[in-house]
Amino acid sequence: MTDVLIKGAKVLGDNAADILVRDGMIAQIGSIGSTRSSGERDGARLTVVDADGLVVLPGLVDLHTHLREPGREDAETVASGSAAAAAGGFTAVLAMANTSPVTDTAEAAERVLDLGRAAGLVDVQPIGAVSKGLAGAELAELGLMARSRAAVRVFSDDGRCVHDARLMRRALDYLKPFGGVISQHAQDPHLADGTACCHEGEVSGRLGLPAWPAVAEDVIVARDVQLARHTGSRVHVAHVSTAASVEIIRWAKAQGIAVTAEVTPHHLALGTELLAGYDPVFKVNPPLRPDADRAAILAALVDGTIDAVATDHAPHARHDKEHAFPDAAFGMLGLETALAVLAEVAVRPGLLTWAQLAQRMSFAPARIAGLAGHGRPVAVGEPANLVLLDPDATWTVDRAASQSLSRNNPWHGRTLPAPVVATFLRGECTAYRGRVRGQFDPEEIA
Amino acid sequence: MTRKHLLSSADLSRDEVEAILDTAASMHDVQRREVKKIPTLRGRTVINLFFEDSTRTRSSFEIAGKWMSADTINITGKGSSTSKGESLRDTVKTICAMAVDALVIRHSASGACHQVAQWVDASVINAGDGTHEHPTQALLDAYTLRQRLGSLDGRHIVIVGDLAHSRVFRSNVITLGRLGARVTVVAPPTLMPSGIGDWSARDGFATSWDLDQTLYAASPGDRPDAVMMLRVQRERMSGGFFPTEREYTAGYGLTRERLTRLYAATPDLPILHPGPMNRGLEISAEAADATSSAILDQVSAGVAVRMAVLYHLLAGETEAAA
Repeated sequence: MTDVLIKGAKVLGDNAADILVRDGMIAQIGSIGSTRSSGERDGARLTVVDADGLVVLPGLVDLHTHLREPGREDAETVASGSAAAAAGGFTAVLAMANTSPVTDTAEAAERVLDLGRAAGLVDVQPIGAVSKGLAGAELAELGLMARSRAAVRVFSDDGRCVHDARLMRRALDYLKPFGGVISQHAQDPHLADGTACCHEGEVSGRLGLPAWPAVAEDVIVARDVQLARHTGSRVHVAHVSTAASVEIIRWAKAQGIAVTAEVTPHHLALGTELLAGYDPVFKVNPPLRPDADRAAILAALVDGTIDAVATDHAPHARHDKEHAFPDAAFGMLGLETALAVLAEVAVRPGLLTWAQLAQRMSFAPARIAGLAGHGRPVAVGEPANLVLLDPDATWTVDRAASQSLSRNNPWHGRTLPAPVVATFLRGECTAYRGRVRGQFDPEEIA
Repeated sequence: MTRKHLLSSADLSRDEVEAILDTAASMHDVQRREVKKIPTLRGRTVINLFFEDSTRTRSSFEIAGKWMSADTINITGKGSSTSKGESLRDTVKTICAMAVDALVIRHSASGACHQVAQWVDASVINAGDGTHEHPTQALLDAYTLRQRLGSLDGRHIVIVGDLAHSRVFRSNVITLGRLGARVTVVAPPTLMPSGIGDWSARDGFATSWDLDQTLYAASPGDRPDAVMMLRVQRERMSGGFFPTEREYTAGYGLTRERLTRLYAATPDLPILHPGPMNRGLEISAEAADATSSAILDQVSAGVAVRMAVLYHLLAGETEAAA
């Protein structure tokens, strides 16, 4: 295996150092000054990456990715989604269970795991369904999934809410022996049914779109933190989108309840008013919220009430987005733009340092998911899962240039900061400037 | 007017609304002739693309096109509402590949016409999209009201009923506002659209939960100059927006008793309803058939107004606009 010497990168945005990667691990950090160019060294091939001015962070971890395989390989595959993840600076993603068939058995989970290994661009960790077929009625085989080769620890019916309080309580009790966590899509199905697609307020009233009131999220979050307290198990709130949910989570954490939460880049950066043109690219669940909610979730991400950023990357075939707005599919792409959006909304305004962003996009999500080898410090002896980004550059998002098979990219045409330069998975360069292994010449990075 | 589409009532300025209403008046004269056909749109193709049931809107667009010598074709169907079916984009691209000049669209989904207008070269006319808007209905209501009241400047129009699901209400507050009318909308809280407080404040109309207070205002200046009753959309009432029909009628129906009391103050009060009516629910038979009822005038105006809309959107390309 080729050794890699990353020269002069600012480690977590702080002091510049050289990082020597050998056998997939970080072998040395400091001033490794003598070598300036790639070539043979001590009998091994050495690639020297000039990272002057770049920032190095631990590889990003996404708690919430839809890879669509099996079932909708026209929209995304594990391989194409892995490529999008690598291009976006991720080294691990958690694949949601709402595929067809649903990931609700050990075999299904292992299949996703194996597809991820075959693609080999990021570590793909399957999420298991809470209920069989996501039907919300009976528990899926949580224990068998946990004991499988996939070692599933995160369970979610995402796309749907585990709305039956008894089922939620049983699931939380049942997964205690193996330390699992339920990632809850908080949406009371009576207050916001399957047609609800626009934040309830003046915009939904004017546009005549089925309303998705914030309270439909809030009541489930409030219930679930109480169930977490009652059972002593962990609840993770997926894609928090409302100010009141944030208040409930803040309160719960103050009580010592085991609750964690994630927020998406699009809920931080995009507002309800974008729906005025009825463009289904902005249709997402939960819906884009008004400024007051966005300010609250950003503040909560900054103060640590919300632990992590997660993409909710949701690719859709073009024809599934070309229906009338209420009939079109929910969701938007996110893997390739997440880091840049967070740089835009949090790092550039001085709300988060790069090190604090690494907490929220790498350390915390790896800890919540129980992923070994990810979200580790950039230190000697650690796996070389790293991302290099250019903090001073900007780039313009082009949906046609995506690694994803889908094009439902709400950031298309926007100029964002901090492009990802390179991603390393256990020392191997998986992505370089938007292209993934096989699409660039390894000599290019040197 | 050089407008290509009519997607929302907000598209039209006051001048444009007045131009359409003036054209509609001359079209109305055409309707009274023995030979009703005029050659204005000869050789143009207008497709009435109705994804949702409609009798009066579809037939009035069809008659309007025919009297103006356009080739009008009706396409109906309830497809295209599931992710398994053909996408809306494919459906309209297919139709427009047949060299169509205008698409008149009725769709159960709000915003469908806005989306279609981005995809096709033809003019798109919104004939009702979901619970969003119905601009030609608002124009024909304004036409009818102008016939009865003259100028609408400062006139007080009261709109009562299921506002949450009403595209008629959404277009009417805009168009009547453009013409200087004061609008008050009345509904129980469960049938008010979301965000109505901010919305009404921004757009300058009033809201009320109390029909009687609105109809019998203490100050004569606040009493209504016309009342428009909206259809209670029984098919959308599955969520239990009110306990019983009896209770709805007691609170928000234009009953015989309310009519009698209104007539005591204003005997010629115009009563409008976009139809189809639920007699006995939101409007009593006495009110629907009252001497001052304008409900059939609305239907009659529908053809003239739609002729005027087709004229302003389509004829302007070949001859000087009126």
